[in-house]
Amino acid sequence: MTVTPTPNTHTAPDDSRTPLLSVRGLEVQFPTRRRTLTAIQDVNFDVMPGEILGVVGESGAGKSMTGNAIIGLLEPPGRIARGEVRFLGQDLTQLDQAGLRKIRGRDIGAIFQDPLTSLNPLYRIGDMLVETLLTHLDISRGEAERRAIGILTEVGIPAAHERFRHYPHQFSGGMRQRVVIALALCTEPRLVLADEPTTALDVSVQAQIINLLKRLCRERGTAVILVTHDMGVIAETADRVAVMYAGRIVEIGPVREVVKNPRHPYTVGLMAAIPHIGGTTTQLAQIEGSMPRLDAIPSGCAFNPRCQRRFARCTEAVPALLSVAPGHETACYLYSDEAEGVRP
Amino acid sequence: MRAPDANPVPAQPLVQVENLRRFFDVSGGWLRRTVYRTGHVLVRAVNDVSFAIQPGETFSLVGESGSGKSTVGRLIVGLDRPTDGRVLFEGQRMDTLGRAEALPLRRRMQMIFQDPYASLNPRWRVNRLVSEPVGHRMGREERFALAGQLLEQVGLSRSDLDKFPHEFSGGQRQRICIARALASNPEFLVCDEPTSALDVSVQAQILNLMLELQRELGLTYLFISHNLAVVYHVSTRVGVLYLGALCEVGMREQVFGRPRHPYTRMLLDSVPDLELSGKPRTPVAGEVPSPINPPPGCTFHPRCPFANERCKRELPQLHPYGDGTLVACHAVEEGRL
Repeated sequence: MTVTPTPNTHTAPDDSRTPLLSVRGLEVQFPTRRRTLTAIQDVNFDVMPGEILGVVGESGAGKSMTGNAIIGLLEPPGRIARGEVRFLGQDLTQLDQAGLRKIRGRDIGAIFQDPLTSLNPLYRIGDMLVETLLTHLDISRGEAERRAIGILTEVGIPAAHERFRHYPHQFSGGMRQRVVIALALCTEPRLVLADEPTTALDVSVQAQIINLLKRLCRERGTAVILVTHDMGVIAETADRVAVMYAGRIVEIGPVREVVKNPRHPYTVGLMAAIPHIGGTTTQLAQIEGSMPRLDAIPSGCAFNPRCQRRFARCTEAVPALLSVAPGHETACYLYSDEAEGVRP
Repeated sequence: MRAPDANPVPAQPLVQVENLRRFFDVSGGWLRRTVYRTGHVLVRAVNDVSFAIQPGETFSLVGESGSGKSTVGRLIVGLDRPTDGRVLFEGQRMDTLGRAEALPLRRRMQMIFQDPYASLNPRWRVNRLVSEPVGHRMGREERFALAGQLLEQVGLSRSDLDKFPHEFSGGQRQRICIARALASNPEFLVCDEPTSALDVSVQAQILNLMLELQRELGLTYLFISHNLAVVYHVSTRVGVLYLGALCEVGMREQVFGRPRHPYTRMLLDSVPDLELSGKPRTPVAGEVPSPINPPPGCTFHPRCPFANERCKRELPQLHPYGDGTLVACHAVEEGRL
């Protein structure tokens, strides 16, 4: 089999205003025996070089699936039905598995929730790192080992020289996640997809891992898509945040804007529902009901049955993202001209 | 040796735990021990824990994995037997009572578990699930009436009685678990991470429901969680567990507003800051050591920036401070901190 060399993406124009990743009209479908379910619909966003984009949502919002669709790791029968994922000028949805494998691990790294399942228990961690480096970079074995030990030291693994020869089970949960981060960053990718990287960890370790990921990516100018359900992690880490609900982005904007001044009624409810230390302890604001199932997404705005501020228009058509402040967009009719007389 | 009571109040505590210990034997079989000469290996899951819970309050145990918080909960409701120490319910020692004598007391305490997917039998209908704790003494009509009333109390409807657990979302299932726990009309509920498996918006619903039920029915809660913000939200008093022992116990305002133990301080420091104040944080360094081979002296000393020689040798005991807070730390005791 002849393999055409992938274009050397690292020479791509590094204008910080051209997005590194640009997702347009992404739609993911799951054909089932009865009907085809649409899990993600009309998702658009850009990730700038070196930027940390948070993707937040509750279970079933489609946040992990969006990440998996971008790097071509959708579980069959899930498939991208529409849209494009442009990464360094290349449409990833048009690549075959071999092409994607070249990009994953080389230009896009991935970190998943459970470090024990994302490491092969039968490989020493050093061998995993060296294999990754040798697969993607044109370097000698000795150089690969040197770099592997270097990155292990950098992610804070003490005595990296010895730990190099250990198996995943010999590491604690936090240390394992550090190894996973080392694996994702060893080839100096341009983009890292981190899917719930701290959810399986203890509170005190969580903060360490978040700080580490943030520092390493800042130092290298690596962009990150941080998928999580934890608004606190997003607030601490991300530059911008996209809030997802029932397969669509309902609000996207700079973190400070979205956290301090959320516009979409869902985001407003979500922020008010988070208990915080020193906050009110009488009653939390609550959003009635729960996220709709994929086969029962309400017509119009998917949030309308749970929304306190619903009006006629909300049940008729899906609202598009509207600009409410510089760089801050929300998909809610309250901010459109159609809300005349409804708006407070 | 007895640790002093946390915040002594003259009233009779509803639940008291005295010098509770639970060790698990995790040594291999005889052959393994002989061949590899490993000897007996003990996990000290709970090691000398004492506290008292007053009627009507919410006492929270907060800690990371392996701190023994769930084990304490299980020991109190009798799902497990302590290696040593006592559990008292209204001043009565549970371990000296026979099965028949303990039963009426046991009925007054119930437990809510973390995973509402695992704690409901998928083959049972809701009416059977909810009425099981008391249903055996009732007729069909009576059972349905009780289950229906309980469901309404937790915000579900009577029409859900004939459904199976899979027809409900996670939050609704946790409501079913709460209804079931309320069936025997208990006074005391052990809630073991009741919202950890739920989404934030659903978590808010469940926490609100729990607080509402507490007000209406005068319930007393032992709330077990690793989420500090949730603990702050629900608690009257808080106990911080580390490697099977309490390191700080006090009123919520004291523990969160003026944390004394270095572990409590750092735990609070590692909570993500939603206010975006940009205040610098010093998360705890290192990870929780194995409870099989805990460090000598104060078990927190390898991670503690204030540790000295004494901390490495001597296990600190809980000492009371002015506002009733109990702290087990040499540095705090000596005024080094």
